[in-house]
Amino acid sequence: MQQEITAVAPRLKEPGEGLTLALTATLKRDLVLMLRRRGEVLNPLVFFALVITLFPIGISPDPDLLALIAPGLLWVAALLAALLSLDSLFRSDFDDGSLEQLLLAPQPLAALSLAKVAVHWLLTGLPLALMAPVLGIMLALPSGSYLVLAVSLALGSATLSLIGAIGAALTVGLARGGVLLSLLVLPLYIPVLIFGAGAVQAAIAGDSVSAHLAILGALLAAALMLAPWAIAASLRISING
Amino acid sequence: MWAFIHKLGSPKWFYGISARLEPWFWVAAALLIVTGTVWGLAFAPADYQQGNSFRIIYVHVPAAFLAQSIFVSMAVAGLVFMVWKIKVADMAATVMAPLGASMTFVSLFSGAVWGVPTWGTWWMWDARLTSMLILLFLYLGVIALRGAFTSRDSASRAASVLAVVGVINIPIIKYSVDWWYTLHQPASFTITSRPAMPTEMWMPLLIMVLGFYSFFIALTLMRTRNEILRRESNKRWVRDRVQEA
Repeated sequence: MQQEITAVAPRLKEPGEGLTLALTATLKRDLVLMLRRRGEVLNPLVFFALVITLFPIGISPDPDLLALIAPGLLWVAALLAALLSLDSLFRSDFDDGSLEQLLLAPQPLAALSLAKVAVHWLLTGLPLALMAPVLGIMLALPSGSYLVLAVSLALGSATLSLIGAIGAALTVGLARGGVLLSLLVLPLYIPVLIFGAGAVQAAIAGDSVSAHLAILGALLAAALMLAPWAIAASLRISING
Repeated sequence: MWAFIHKLGSPKWFYGISARLEPWFWVAAALLIVTGTVWGLAFAPADYQQGNSFRIIYVHVPAAFLAQSIFVSMAVAGLVFMVWKIKVADMAATVMAPLGASMTFVSLFSGAVWGVPTWGTWWMWDARLTSMLILLFLYLGVIALRGAFTSRDSASRAASVLAVVGVINIPIIKYSVDWWYTLHQPASFTITSRPAMPTEMWMPLLIMVLGFYSFFIALTLMRTRNEILRRESNKRWVRDRVQEA
């Protein structure tokens, strides 16, 4: 037994190297898996467009009114679209057992789950941020705020993915965790929504947006630092329980 | 010190010590709440602007204090449970959640009732009201998560993680809601900016706050003891005690 271990060990010369290897492998694997299920990547985007379509129908097609509420609408709809995609973040890995392999891996689970969250953001948050300006045009969003909208959504959705992953990890072992997941995660999303929509509103009003974006960045930094540990602890609970 | 903590972790020892402490807190709660209520409702002078409607403060403020303190105690109990695996801490956290949620509801409801005579409306998207509403949702999330698991151990650990995550987020939420409120709506009138209260008004309030805290401690001790009996019902000392009674 001892010999077998030493026979495998030489491939990983330093612990740090093993971590980089594991991180890139997780990133690559998740990207490939997600890109093979294009429907799942597209669904949040379609949902985003659909929800935005509902508002002019439900409220009023008047461009002046729409321009007034567009920042909030775009942010809330993008937030809900990101929320919708969270349930599948760990679900398939939980079902086929690869999540258990992640737990057994010698590399820290917090780092590996961070890689999974990064893929989730790349394929959900970032596309949503890129798509938002197009929907902004349809809502008569005043010009000059499109770049801020995209940047604030890109920054904010990374925080949303990190916080949401805690909820997804807590509910992945439950058969019907979907509604519960939104109940857990939505209250924690409120600060991001406030500063994200606030940035767009500040841009429309002609104020400086750097304060809003800086706070969004600070929220992201704090989430990057703390959320991986909570995600790892939650995954352990969901799998061992 | 450590021996004391270890003893506190034993359900049997905790059951014994809490049985001795509980009556004192019940007595303190009853005395303080009765004194505070009578003093606040009958003897404290009426507010020169709000008249008698300001007396809702004697329920509203203590409830709001408790709503926030209970969440913090719940998170501390959850952390203790996660780090040291002390089961009693989790039992306490379990029984605290519904009380905290109801206190949050009481403070929201009494605030709404108070809003009618002072603001002329049941609800305003005021920063404090909004933060309290979010706190209520956080409580409901913790309760719902605990109920969703079939295994008690997973439920306890999951609820502990969520309570700790929530308590880290509460200051961030509070701060951002304050920012949002000052950015969006001019503070036309707030409850906070009333003139400093005279002694005969805030003394009953202080007594009510202390009374509510005693009530919280007494109720938590009582419900934790029930929870101990329920969870440890297959232990010998519990059976012996039940047969004695």
